[in-house]
Amino acid sequence: MEFFRLKKDIPFMSYARTTTVISAVTFALAVFFLITRGLNLSVEFTGGTVMELHYAGAVDPSKVQSELAKAGYTDSSVQNFGTSADLMVRLPLKEGVSSAQLSEAVLPILRTDAPEAEMRRVEFIGPQVGHELVSDGALALALVCVGIMVYLAFRFEWRFAVAAIIANMHDVVIILGFFAFFRWEFSLTVLAAVLSVLGYSVNESVVVFDRIRENFRKFKKAGVAEIINNAITATMSRTIITHGCTQLVVTSMLFFGGETLHNFALALTIGILFGIYSSVLVSSPIVLWLGATRAHFVKTDAPSPQPEV
Amino acid sequence: MNRYSRWKYILILAVFVLGLLYSLPNLFGQVPAVQVSPAKAVVQITPALETGIENKLKEKQIPFNGISMDANSVKVRLADTTVQLQARDALAEALGENYTVALNLLPATPAWMGSIGAQPMSLGLDLRGGVHFLMQVDMDQALDKQLDRRVGDVRASLRDAKIPLAGVAREGKALVVRFKDGDTRAQGADQLRKDMRDMVATPLDETRLSLAPSPVALKNFQDQALQQNVLTLRNRVNELGVSEPLIQQQGSDRVVVELAGVQDTGKAKEIVGRTASLELRLVDEDHADVTSLTNAAKGLIPPGDDYVVDNRTGQPYLIKKQVFLTGENISNASQGFDSRSNEPSVNISFDTRGAKVFAALTRDNVGKRIALLLIEKGKAEVASVAVIRTAIEGGQTVISGRMDVKEASDTALLLRAGSLAAPMEIIEERTIGPSLGAENISKGVNSVLWGFVAIAIFMAIYYRVIGVFSVIALGVNVLLLVAILSLLQATLTLPGIAAIALTVGMAIDANVLINERVREELRMGHTPHAAIHAGYDRAFATILDSNVTNFIAGIALIAFGSGPVKGFAVVLCLGILTSMFSAILVSRALVNLTYGRQRKLTKIAI
Repeated sequence: MEFFRLKKDIPFMSYARTTTVISAVTFALAVFFLITRGLNLSVEFTGGTVMELHYAGAVDPSKVQSELAKAGYTDSSVQNFGTSADLMVRLPLKEGVSSAQLSEAVLPILRTDAPEAEMRRVEFIGPQVGHELVSDGALALALVCVGIMVYLAFRFEWRFAVAAIIANMHDVVIILGFFAFFRWEFSLTVLAAVLSVLGYSVNESVVVFDRIRENFRKFKKAGVAEIINNAITATMSRTIITHGCTQLVVTSMLFFGGETLHNFALALTIGILFGIYSSVLVSSPIVLWLGATRAHFVKTDAPSPQPEV
Repeated sequence: MNRYSRWKYILILAVFVLGLLYSLPNLFGQVPAVQVSPAKAVVQITPALETGIENKLKEKQIPFNGISMDANSVKVRLADTTVQLQARDALAEALGENYTVALNLLPATPAWMGSIGAQPMSLGLDLRGGVHFLMQVDMDQALDKQLDRRVGDVRASLRDAKIPLAGVAREGKALVVRFKDGDTRAQGADQLRKDMRDMVATPLDETRLSLAPSPVALKNFQDQALQQNVLTLRNRVNELGVSEPLIQQQGSDRVVVELAGVQDTGKAKEIVGRTASLELRLVDEDHADVTSLTNAAKGLIPPGDDYVVDNRTGQPYLIKKQVFLTGENISNASQGFDSRSNEPSVNISFDTRGAKVFAALTRDNVGKRIALLLIEKGKAEVASVAVIRTAIEGGQTVISGRMDVKEASDTALLLRAGSLAAPMEIIEERTIGPSLGAENISKGVNSVLWGFVAIAIFMAIYYRVIGVFSVIALGVNVLLLVAILSLLQATLTLPGIAAIALTVGMAIDANVLINERVREELRMGHTPHAAIHAGYDRAFATILDSNVTNFIAGIALIAFGSGPVKGFAVVLCLGILTSMFSAILVSRALVNLTYGRQRKLTKIAI
């Protein structure tokens, strides 16, 4: 069985103008939503208390919330979580009230109508921890970018490194944009997903670049755009199959992984979809515009192994 | 051309067998057990104890499946949780307070596997249930307390040298010593420099001297305070009877406490989060009259005193601020009965420094009262107040009166568990109920399983025989990853399982690269043998490149991630390494075994 049997190269570079406009608009929208709506940061980053309870039957979150308000916890948020019998209660940080007492004090209130309610999970994060996680997360993101750029610059050429990182930052910002737009909760696991997308989707660019380099050596007369078109067309089948396979597992996580892995899988899904798009239609045009030429490769022709796909 | 030499097959087979062997223990699950460990440092685990436990269980007719002993504990394997509870109660009653008897789960791995180091992965809190605390030590407050304690030392040093002193008090992060004139100040400075080498004395003006801890002393003090807190927490947790508590320092001022499998999380939180510290101070006898106490109740507290009300009796006290001893000077405490009145009492032993200070304190203050205060979040509570009847030498004392047996043993426990050298605050808490843990395991395993099945079906249809080989290689990859994680005794968490799933999804990339390349070579009219050869050969550099970029992301996550993210990243990185082996070598070995012998190969199923 074979899905892709392309006889002719697809002229991707001639669509470059259109795709760049699409990318720019999506990117701008993502940034816009990030600024106006902001990320719905989980308690891990903001600090506060989260409690998860399991009831015997369905519970009404608004009723629980009003009971909490009566007891003085006016700024709590109560939601159903997974099923109608599960509740998630979020309480913001309060000056001078320790976590340990807070969850113990709230539990009886939550149990007033349903004494059998089972406490499934409590998570409390103090303000100092939250701040650290934000700065550590940003640092990790920066480090991954620098690491990948250095590796690509060393393995290929600085133009490729710049193009790959722009394409990947584009993916990351769009994932964040989705999370901001839909107000999905952005937790530590989602951050892990975003960072692995960064490492994963750069593969895509690497595979295409490998092929571009190979083509520069093979087709002595072809223009740069034609060479890129051929490289993308030749690697297309592999790109779709690989990402399809990864997506199979991610979809499995989306369905079977429960609430904890849900947003993680969601971030990966968006990352994979835009990863395919950006490596083909964002990074390659950038390489073209940054002025990559045969001379950048043919002169350094000598000892390096010849990766091909 | 597509043949591996025999040693290569043997190597691959050997790795596969080892992988199988070391990942197998994870399938056996766990059995309930009871674990007996010493509650005090002086108590040892001996073969006699093991026999004792065995006999006790036989006597009570509690069936057990095995008993084993190691350096720190004796573990008894039991059939089910009902028997487990019976056994715990029987042993706790028989062994007394020298031992902690805790419920535990032990791997049901056959003994021969354990002896070659094949053990199941340990499960993280999110899979097993339990509590996790991150605690921040308040060094500023600890330092203030330390300085308060040094006030007495300054007085003693100057008194011994007969240098008149106008006053000494803590101001900010230093002690300020006041003298009558410049001469005595200079003398005093010399004397204090000699007696207190860890402090730096600097003249402030004509009559005042500032005394601050030197940077080295400050660092030492912080290290010691942290160690003391870790030790105290360990003692407290031992009282809880948790089987394998994890208590360790994190960074320069934090402590992590992880108690896996704890059922009663409220109790754990209460004991671990108890921030009380103990202070031994004198009651201000000059202001013990009714007028002073009524004034104090209105807020007119004499300088140098604290106003404290005993919550049980309602009796108010004015207690001097100077701290003579803290909980860290108490070496042991137990509940007993006063030999004279036969009332319940608390017997206290001090360490060397404590004994010295206590002897001097009681000698100088016969007839006065001392107060044992519990300080919690800056608020003092009276644990007990007692009149000093006579000077007490030898470092042992008894507090009695107005206590029932329960109160006396609670006080003893608190004293024994030690106090914190510095107050601590919980800054992060995770509590996971046991049922949620079990659910998380099944969710994680299902994700991996169905993801794998979906890929297997697709690969088999799309790449036919070679696709099946790729799937086998992928299976070997998961096997090796689990084996390495078990061998390293890594802690598996839900994000860790997600990383295994993701590894499955990403590792197949290498095989897709190879298979696509082989197809391409075939299309270009090469013979099947040449196509296989070229496919594996040329795809290698690309596989390497793409794995390196993934690896960079993984390393950054390990370096900067905390908790769940770190677990995720470690598994991801290991998965990348194992996938390099399985995707390239294992699948190639299978292809070679199948097609390598056929000289006139005209067609391959791809």
